[in-house]
Amino acid sequence: MKEQKDYIRDIAEMRSIMERSSKFLSLSGWAGIMAGIYALCGAYIAHQTLDFRPGEQGYTTGNAAELPFSLQHLILLALAILILALGTAIFLSGQKAVKRGEKLWNPVTPQLLFNLAVPLAAGGMLIIILISKGMIGFLAPLTLLFYGLALYNAGKFTYEEVKSMGLIQIGLGLIGAYFVEYSLLCWALGFGVVHIIYGIYMHYRYER
Amino acid sequence: MKISINSLHKAFESRIRLGIMSALAVNDMLDFNTLKDLLDLTDGNLASHLKALEKEAFIDVKKTFVGRKPNTRYFMTKAGRKAFEDHLKALEKLIRGMSE
Repeated sequence: MKEQKDYIRDIAEMRSIMERSSKFLSLSGWAGIMAGIYALCGAYIAHQTLDFRPGEQGYTTGNAAELPFSLQHLILLALAILILALGTAIFLSGQKAVKRGEKLWNPVTPQLLFNLAVPLAAGGMLIIILISKGMIGFLAPLTLLFYGLALYNAGKFTYEEVKSMGLIQIGLGLIGAYFVEYSLLCWALGFGVVHIIYGIYMHYRYER
Repeated sequence: MKISINSLHKAFESRIRLGIMSALAVNDMLDFNTLKDLLDLTDGNLASHLKALEKEAFIDVKKTFVGRKPNTRYFMTKAGRKAFEDHLKALEKLIRGMSE
């Protein structure tokens, strides 16, 4: 007959299989911390070097050439941060997956990515449309808002905390949209500080 | 000891079968290769356990084609879910009973 510790091990194993087959748990806390650092650097560069001061140009519509800052540089900067953050996240999550003896590409991965991608693609296209019409006042808050929606949506396929992080990003996005002069600050808070705090929390909670 | 071992279903004596049922309990459907990777089994080993569960009518198969390749997906039947839940409850009771 089996002993108590056998049954306990059975249950523990079942639990682990349920979790592994329905959640993506290779997400690394360090990825959040690094993404936050990139975002803070980016926000600083946008503010200091590129002179991006959302409040001053407000909701203006008009020719991009008349803007006091270089829109091309700003877009390039944003893309560079995005690629750096994504690359780091994929790399670190891959390492974590190996450490956990799992694969980065498991049955949950496509579900997670799809749920992230739909809101992000919608937001991305809206932002491109707005840029093409010269409406650039809401760029920073909209990235926060759609990113928050994506996180909230994808939260059910990974650590629960991702959901609440999504809600915070949505909130910061809305605040940034109302107080446009603070939108870059909200952006730095959301993509920078919130990422770092959650990254540290996840690292200590799940990776030690 | 008063707790009956009979409430633990025979089909679930194998840890692999319990693993298959656990995975199917939280996923609508899973295909063969996904299960294989998840449980780290060989083709033959997984197939024989799946067949055993199928025979109990705890799981069922849905065969479709992805292009020209046949794709076999497994899901839990109602009877399977009930048996699995009963088994979990029995396990819980057993552990509690033992520790008292």
